[in-house]
Amino acid sequence: MEFSIYDFSSFTAWIDQSLRASMSPGLAVAIEMLIIGVVILIFYAIVGLFLVYAERKVCALMQNRLGPNRVGPGGIFQTIADLVKLLFVELVPIKNADKILFSLAPYIVIIASFMAMGALPFAKGLHAIDLNIGVFYLMAVSSMGVVGVLLAGWASNNKYSLIGAMRSGAQIVSYELSVGMSLVTIVVLAGTMQLSEIVQAQQYGWFIFRGHIPALIAFVIFIVASTAETNRGPFDLAEAESELTAGFHTEYSGIRFAFFFLAEYINMFIVAAIATTVFFGGWMPFNVYGWEGFNKVMNLIPPFIWFLGKTGALIFLIMWFKWTFPRLRIDQLLTLEWKYFLPINIINVLIMALIVLLGWHW
Amino acid sequence: MKSVIEYFKGIYNGIKSLLVGMSVTGGYFIKPGTTLTQQYPDNRDTLVMFERFKGEVVMPHNEKNEHKCTGCGICEINCPNGTIEVISATEVTEEGKKKRIIDKHIYHLGMCTFCGLCVKTCPSQALAFSQEFEHAVFDRTKLTKVLNQPGSKLMKGVE
Repeated sequence: MEFSIYDFSSFTAWIDQSLRASMSPGLAVAIEMLIIGVVILIFYAIVGLFLVYAERKVCALMQNRLGPNRVGPGGIFQTIADLVKLLFVELVPIKNADKILFSLAPYIVIIASFMAMGALPFAKGLHAIDLNIGVFYLMAVSSMGVVGVLLAGWASNNKYSLIGAMRSGAQIVSYELSVGMSLVTIVVLAGTMQLSEIVQAQQYGWFIFRGHIPALIAFVIFIVASTAETNRGPFDLAEAESELTAGFHTEYSGIRFAFFFLAEYINMFIVAAIATTVFFGGWMPFNVYGWEGFNKVMNLIPPFIWFLGKTGALIFLIMWFKWTFPRLRIDQLLTLEWKYFLPINIINVLIMALIVLLGWHW
Repeated sequence: MKSVIEYFKGIYNGIKSLLVGMSVTGGYFIKPGTTLTQQYPDNRDTLVMFERFKGEVVMPHNEKNEHKCTGCGICEINCPNGTIEVISATEVTEEGKKKRIIDKHIYHLGMCTFCGLCVKTCPSQALAFSQEFEHAVFDRTKLTKVLNQPGSKLMKGVE
């Protein structure tokens, strides 16, 4: 077995072979699923805690504040302290709430983000499941979270929760179109929906460069629409504090609230990771065709660093506009989608199809 | 046709104004010097308050232990919640005239709302605000203060 941080495929193949050698294939698959589940769970917790801290720091600096700075050096243990506190908080039972749906809702939100995480290519060979309809699967799974939000709003037996959930529903129904269309633009360029092939096709030039203008438009629309889909500011009217207390999670306390909170940050990570994979070459280093020396230097940086770096940059972009723009009204939100994004997007897909037909891309 | 131009103009102006906003917050993000937060208990020794900060009412005395308060009582009348009590006394001047002076200028910090009417209306600018803000004490009688220092006199030339 040879282990390399540049290519994990031999490492994962070695785990697979050694498991299959000592037990029946069914049990081997079950154990592999368990390993992947545990790894993703740990990654999930680390990313969630880190992103909460990062967001608080970023927003503080943008608002001329300091942010968390008391717990640990630079406040890095602040989110851990918050998590421990949330674990000890009482789960307040809600009178006349739908008990089953109320406790089910946070798990649906978590499961939706969990399933999306499984299909993301983190590095070469570090890819839990490589579906041939990867893009389609990610779209389908990432929009499942809204079911949890709607359930939470409905089961809480609270006006604010219900209004927040309904707003979230209207938002997802509209913005899912834009997310889908902007991904279709790139699928047209790539000619495949399989994420590993999409990444492979971007070895010499990421799609945002190869597809130039239509890819750029698709990227802007994707990043805005997926921010709306994850219920983040400036599209966070599902939890608009000033009008709806906390929207769909008003009645949730303790660890159930933490699940919603964590899922929001993980969804942000997933959205940024999809954008990275589809527009910015996933784990591919920045290579230019013909520049051998430059490519060698770039290839020295391990692929998962590239992936996490690009994802981090996009997460920063999402945070940047969250902490800059004021929250939209519901009519402004729908106007933006149906009058601007959707027509622009449809024309953009046509332009991209034309460019691919005429070969006007790199 | 006009509405089509309006549509694209709207998109252009919208994106432009959004980018202006992002450049402002992005500028704050990369310039750490713009941070306004004061880490108060840590920087207690170096903390400088603003000149117009209303800490508590004081009566400035000069180096000869003289103040400007004539004991007219305008501050007491103007105070909306009875924070100030002026206890006056009489003094016989060299010409044999009787003159009103202050015995005690009592200030109840616990009742003060820091509205500043006393400082604003004082005809001889005898009162001022200090920048002191750490007022917490364990005994509330300590909040009643006498503003004129013992043995102080009225400044020459202030009527």
